[in-house]
Amino acid sequence: MRDFFSPGRNSFWLVLPALLLLLVALGYPLAQVVLRSFTDPEPGVGNYVWFFSRPVNLAVFQRTFVVAGWVTVLCVVLAYPYAWLMTSVGPNMRVLLVLCVLVPFWVSGVVRTLAWVILLQDSGVINRMIMAMGFEKIRLIRTQTGVIIGMTQVLLPFMVMPLYAVMRGIDLRLVQAARSLGARPMLAFLQIYLPLSLPGVFGGAIIVFILGLGFYITPALLGGPRATMLSTLAQQQVLQQLNWGQGGAMGVILLVATLVLLAFAGRFARRRYQMGAGGK
Amino acid sequence: MAETRHRGAAVDIRAVTKTYGSFTALDDVSLRVEPGQFMTFLGPSGSGKTTTLNVIAGFTDLTRGEILIGDRSVGGLPAHKRNVGVVFQHYALFPHMTVTGNLAYPLKLRRVAAAERDRRVAAALDMVRLTDFAHRYPSELSGGQQQRVALARAMVFDPPLLLMDEPLGALDKKLREWLQLEIKRIHRELGTTFVYVTHDQEEALALSDRIAVFNKGRIEQVGSGSDLYDRPQTLFVGRFIGESTVLTGAHETRGQETAIRVGDEWVAAPGLAGEGRQALLVRPEKITLVREDAAADPALNQLSGRVGEAIYLGSGVKYEVTLADGSRGVVRMALTDRPFALGEPVRMRWRKEDARLLPDDGSSLAAQSGEEP
Repeated sequence: MRDFFSPGRNSFWLVLPALLLLLVALGYPLAQVVLRSFTDPEPGVGNYVWFFSRPVNLAVFQRTFVVAGWVTVLCVVLAYPYAWLMTSVGPNMRVLLVLCVLVPFWVSGVVRTLAWVILLQDSGVINRMIMAMGFEKIRLIRTQTGVIIGMTQVLLPFMVMPLYAVMRGIDLRLVQAARSLGARPMLAFLQIYLPLSLPGVFGGAIIVFILGLGFYITPALLGGPRATMLSTLAQQQVLQQLNWGQGGAMGVILLVATLVLLAFAGRFARRRYQMGAGGK
Repeated sequence: MAETRHRGAAVDIRAVTKTYGSFTALDDVSLRVEPGQFMTFLGPSGSGKTTTLNVIAGFTDLTRGEILIGDRSVGGLPAHKRNVGVVFQHYALFPHMTVTGNLAYPLKLRRVAAAERDRRVAAALDMVRLTDFAHRYPSELSGGQQQRVALARAMVFDPPLLLMDEPLGALDKKLREWLQLEIKRIHRELGTTFVYVTHDQEEALALSDRIAVFNKGRIEQVGSGSDLYDRPQTLFVGRFIGESTVLTGAHETRGQETAIRVGDEWVAAPGLAGEGRQALLVRPEKITLVREDAAADPALNQLSGRVGEAIYLGSGVKYEVTLADGSRGVVRMALTDRPFALGEPVRMRWRKEDARLLPDDGSSLAAQSGEEP
């Protein structure tokens, strides 16, 4: 039963334009970066040896993962109740909640980050409030904390949307069933709702973490030299010192680390059951 | 499972009202379910039967009134402390647990020791004949198997009361009939009190000791299947349970009988009319169809009409007769040598005491199908 709209053997050409674009715009430059990391300034693994022999590089490498990890954890904590609320309110309220997530998303990342500069700076809104309450002012701008705060806000939609998509499919009668079988509300949540929502948590966490690893603008503007992340370091190597080889090696190391992590996450997140069974 | 045999708990629903804003879902409902009884809540959608079930289970708070399970008032008791088994229409099996995991869940919550837990899970699986499927996930089972797992899960912790909300609603007819027999057998073997919600009157008649007919948030009548079929107390009940010919029109009192005019003929039934419009209700198997030339019999009611439809049922024939005032008569007869032809002028006849005189409550035919009017 194959009709015009069902994908058949001859539909492959439909993906060709996108495939070509990816090949030209991503594949070729990436291949160049990899190539140069092994050939520039001279053939060999010199750039990689350089990277791993310099403590400052390793510190930045480690910091990149720590910051991305914190941002991921904060996004999960903030997005989980938010997404849950989206599934439990009426349609009008839901539209409002979706807009609250998406409107900042439509504003350029640079603009949002600059807004955080205003909020976080030493004489900014947050510090003035802290001082008005009689506390010492806190250094937020050009610190790791500031970077984490800004990135969490920028990346939050990537956590909320996958979570909401999964939670929307969870049959709430399952929670009722657990209650009727003798589970306190908290247990019904922990043993039934939470496990069923985990695919959304994993999905969102992977997206946020990977985007966080490669984040450039927010760390560059909110973080100082002491909060540099790998992408900033790579940019400095390439654009300021025209050191394509060392910058390329950093990019390749970040890419490989991400792929390894993805492979592990994929194995961990794979579930034996199919969502939606026993319900919708 | 002899050791789990016990008497179920009684359920006492006392003047329960549930309102949502200005909408009254349950209006002063009172009902008693005896221990071990199979009670069915029957009614069209939106009639309050599922709300009543949810109120008993503790999923819905009640606005006024009181509910007792056994001799305990459960008003302030949250759902997880009521010890009531619930079977949902869409099974509500936990998709991330195997069949065994689903069944063991309520036992783990009750801290039943592992060996005892295994024994009871096995016994419950045996009860629903799914022993071979213990390690499957719900998504690997058919609809009927999932429903049997749901049933086993609801009874594995030996609740004195089992609530079922249209448990067979999503299954096809053959499977439904077989599972009805299974549910009846399990009820007999357990001795637990069953409260069963359905909009399917055949299912209600097949399963129940007693049936409560719900309509617009109230109970119209409670009784056995034959009470409701033979002695409906309201026109709604008469129409909802089984098929019937309903005749309405001007009425007058004739001695101890009340006569109703249909077209320019009169038919009568014993009893005196109350206030308002009246209706006569006659069951299809009480009516005989005769040809126009048949001799008149003054002891019988008689109405003229034309055969509008003849439906072969295998065991007999069902005729729909269009009457003079446009209303529809339903007649069920054995097969005869000379069946009636479509459009043929006929007479419907029945004994006066076989018709039931009821106040016309305006209930519509749509209610019969379980659809909203």
